[in-house]
Formats: sequence, C-alpha cells, structure tokens
Amino acid sequence: MLGLVLTGGAFALFSPAQAETGQADQSTVAQGRTLFLVGCASCHGRNGEGILTERGTQYGPPLAGVGAASVDFQVGTGRMPLARPGVQAERKRVLYNPDEIKALAAYVASLAPGPSIPTASQYSVSGTDSAAVARGGQFWRTNCTACHNFAAAGGALPGGKYAPSLSGVTPKHMYEAMLTGPQQMPVFSDQVVKPSEKRDIIAYVKRLQSAPNYGGNALGNMGPVTEGMAAWIVGIGACVAFAVWIASHSVRSKKGAKA
Amino acid sequence: MTTHQEPEPGNDEAVATAAHGTAPAVVGDPIADPGLPPHEPRPTDVDPHAERRAERQVATLFGLSTVFAILFVVSYFAFDVGKKPTVIAGYGASNVALGVTLGLALLLIGVGAIQWARKLMSDVEIVEMRHPASSSEQDREDAVAALGQGISDSGIARRPLLRNSLIGALAALGLPAIVALRDLGPLPRGDLAVTVWKKGMRLVNDVAGTPIKPEDVEIGQLINGEPAVFYEDKPDGEPKFEGTRLNDAKTKAAIIIVRMQPGDITPPKGRENWGVEGILCYSKICTHVGCPISLWEQQTHHLLCPCHQSTFDLADGGKVIFGPAARSLPQLPIMVDSEGYLVAQSDFTEPVGPSYWERG
Repeated sequence: MLGLVLTGGAFALFSPAQAETGQADQSTVAQGRTLFLVGCASCHGRNGEGILTERGTQYGPPLAGVGAASVDFQVGTGRMPLARPGVQAERKRVLYNPDEIKALAAYVASLAPGPSIPTASQYSVSGTDSAAVARGGQFWRTNCTACHNFAAAGGALPGGKYAPSLSGVTPKHMYEAMLTGPQQMPVFSDQVVKPSEKRDIIAYVKRLQSAPNYGGNALGNMGPVTEGMAAWIVGIGACVAFAVWIASHSVRSKKGAKA
Repeated sequence: MTTHQEPEPGNDEAVATAAHGTAPAVVGDPIADPGLPPHEPRPTDVDPHAERRAERQVATLFGLSTVFAILFVVSYFAFDVGKKPTVIAGYGASNVALGVTLGLALLLIGVGAIQWARKLMSDVEIVEMRHPASSSEQDREDAVAALGQGISDSGIARRPLLRNSLIGALAALGLPAIVALRDLGPLPRGDLAVTVWKKGMRLVNDVAGTPIKPEDVEIGQLINGEPAVFYEDKPDGEPKFEGTRLNDAKTKAAIIIVRMQPGDITPPKGRENWGVEGILCYSKICTHVGCPISLWEQQTHHLLCPCHQSTFDLADGGKVIFGPAARSLPQLPIMVDSEGYLVAQSDFTEPVGPSYWERG
C-alpha cells in the first residue's frame, strides 16, 4: 500500500508542467537548497532526484520539472512535508513561512523548467463581474463538480482518497492546483483552460462560498446523504420521542385511590 | 390476581358464550386472564389545584401557537425575498422564519392536545371488541342473488351473437390506443449508432470551444471536450446546432480527453494508432445508464462514474474494472490535422451510451 501510495504521489509531482522558467536570484536558490536538504531530501533525494524503495516503487518522487507552483501549493497548504505516509497528503498546518516557501520553490524551479507561481493579476478575483462569475460557473460544473461537489464541499474517491473541500482555500492555491494537478487531481493546463477562465472559476467558487444559505441550514451541502441522516435521526427520532411520550404512564395519585 | 373493580364490556360476551355452552369452560386455562389492573386516578383527577394548573398549561400552549401563527404572517410580510433577500446570520431570513413559526404553531397545538389528553381527558380503560370484517350472511346471499338475476335478465347466455359482438367491440377499442401510443415519438432507428463526430472534426474544450493541440495537453491532464461543430455557425450566422437538437447531439458526442505516459497505455488490438503521444479520447457517457463521467484519477488512470461507481481503466481501452457497467467505454480514434490540432479519425466505432437496447 505504501509503495502504491508513493508511486501515485510520484506521478502527481512528476507530471511535466508548462515550461516556464521562474528567474530567481542565486542567494534565494541557495537558501532554498539549505532548507531542502534539511526538510525534504530524506524522501525526495539530496538533489530532488527522488528515492526508490527496495521494491522499485517511489519513496519520494523526483522533483525536476514540477515547478515552483507545485512547491508553493504542496508546502503552502501544509500538504508537504508529509506527517505520515497515507493514501493522500492532507491539508494541515503550514510549517514554513512565506519566505522559506519562496526559497524552496526557487530551488525546485532551478532543477528544471516547470510552471511558475501565478501572479496576483492572474488569480485575483477582485473586480470580476457577474458575467465572469456565471461563465466560471459553467466551467466549474463541466470540469470540477464530478469530484469537488456542486458547492465545492468536496467528495469521496475510491480507496480512501477524497477530493478536498475548497472552503478556506486561497485563490492562488486554487489556481496552482488546476495548473499542476496535485495527487489524483488532473491537470488543467493554461493552454486549454485559459488563465482568465481559471480566474472565472475561482470567482465562481468564492461567490458560492460567500453566498448566504437562503433556504436555511445546508447541512454541509452534501446532498441527500446529510439530508437523509437529518431526516432519519432528527426527524424520525423526534417522532419516536413523541410516540413514547404519548404512550408513557402518567403520574398516578395514591391519594385518590384511598378517597 | 386482582379482582375487577369496574364492569367491562368484555364480560358480557364471556357470560353469553358460557350460557350457550359451546366453548369449554375457562377453568382449565393454564394462564388465567389477568384482566385490567386497578384504575388509579391522576393528581389532576383528585386535586383541583393540579387540574387548574394543567388547564393553564394547555391553554398557554394553544396561546403560544396563536402567537407563532401571527408571527408567521408578520414574517411573511416583514422579510424581503427575491433579488435582495433579507439575511440573518447567513441564512435567508424569510425561509427560516416562515418554517420555524409555522412549524411551532402546528407543533404547539399537537403538544397541547397531548397534554390535554394525558392530564384532563377521561383516562378510564375502555375495551372495544373486534367484529368480523365480512358482511353478514344475509347481505352476501342478497348480492349473489342480484347478480344472478341481472345475468338471467340480460340473457347474455342465451344470445351468443350479442355476447360475441360485445367482446369484439371491446377488443377493437384497444386498437386506437395502440396506434396512438406507438406514434408518441419517432423510433430511434439508426440514430443510436451514430454521433456528429466524423473524420477531421476538431476536438474542443467544452464551454469555451477552444481547439486543442497535443502540446497543450500535460501528462495527467483531463479535458472535458465536445466536437467543434457545436461552436460553428451556418452561413446565415445561426449556430449549426441549437436548442433540443444541440442537447440531443451533445448527449451522444460529449468526450473526455486524457493524457498519460505512453508507456502506461496498453491499447486493445487494432487501436494502437487511436491516440496521439499518450493522448486518448473516450466517450463521456457511462455505458451503464448514461451518466456523464469526468471523475478521473490521473495517477491510477481510473475513470469513476459518480452515479453507480462503474470504474473504467482508460489506460486499458476503457475496460470496466468495477461496477455495474457491462461494456468498455467507447473510444474515439484521434489524430492531428495539418494545422496541428487534435481531430477525430472517424465517428465512434460502436454506439455510445447506456446498454439497455439490443445492439445486434
């Protein structure tokens, strides 16, 4: 299982990405290399070449060509460094500060060309109008809802894997996820889903998340699963409680029996 | 055993049966009928204070119900709906207020009624005897006699001409129904086996209609695609496909395009040149009951249908590896045109979509 998981991780990280070279100054790269040797090299190799297990599967995937965007996503959302091997790296507390993440990204980007970290002008959703949000919704429903759920609440995948909820994810990390295809998520390259279309998708998700629940409690937007649970446990439970109350013995008075 | 303190309706019947002598005496019954436990009064039966208190409780519940009914009317008018709905704590105020007030108004009537019944209404045990479900013998005989009378009066047994012509007329009434229902819609005929795909038609990204070059597609990429014809116009400027015709065509022609490491792919015999450098194209319509599928795990190359968990291995000719689907996902053979864009080599070579009809 471990081998399988890590092999999977290898593919995610190894998927060749857009050939863009992010130019970073040598001192940042050197700082990144120092951090890399301490925090990443035990799995990914001293030069990011990856480490194989005895069985020939990937222990840590090679990082040449994954690009700065991939590092920024994986480390910036706390997925890397892994707390423990598992079916999927989970989002957790971020262990590196922004400067360190930048240095790590610069070092990994210096190994081979890969997608660079998107600029704020690419992912910023401020100033997107309703037309953009509507267009983003079309792309979202076509490309994303199968895994991430119509309301971006996430969903289950086979074998204990899952598509995470997008609640609280920054626009930059959403953009990077589409660009690099982390773990089981497919890549949505800039040539096919254009940067402006990606921004519309992010704008739609952000609008979706900030919209009030007009119909009352959405129960996590998980559809019939949580709604059914609420109906069966809360609704039927209340009915049973009332039935028990109706049929229960009421208080009796001994005083009256004697009278 | 306790002795019965109150006369029970059941006793009359028992006495009557014993008098007829048809039932054996209950003396030998190994488990004697315990009867009803003695009736004990409730505090509200004997204590006037408790009675008045219960009365006040019930009246309060009914009064609160009235208040909530009025609040329902107030919130109906007070909270805006439509373009700028009133929002309280992240919820649409109107829906929540209407639901809560009407729900409580109904619930409090019910709770009050139960409280009334438990505390104040008579709680003396009453036995209601069962009675047979069938009609009386007399009624049944009368009904059979009336039916026999009708048959003999109509003379249907004596007049076979009338009987047979009536049967014929009723049978003929089925014909209009068959003819009319059969004509409800056109038969699918050959449409099921063909889609709008044809040789040289470009693969484009759904929604935007962007044509795709192989170098635009990364390893591990998924593209939800459509044929380019859905984004093309006729000479008069109208779209070639629109309305229900577009939807009908789309339900069959929708595709997914994925790219894998070429070494991971094991193409079925005869499909070796159906892809371009590890880029393969499959129908997006599940072969089970036709849900659109795009839940693709790029590392395992599995495509999962969210409806019933049919799973297809896209690196292995779209073979079903799990779930209820009965046949592989149809693959669209693709190539590159002179301008470098991905195009179809031909239409699908087998019908796409669910497998519920005969595919001889």
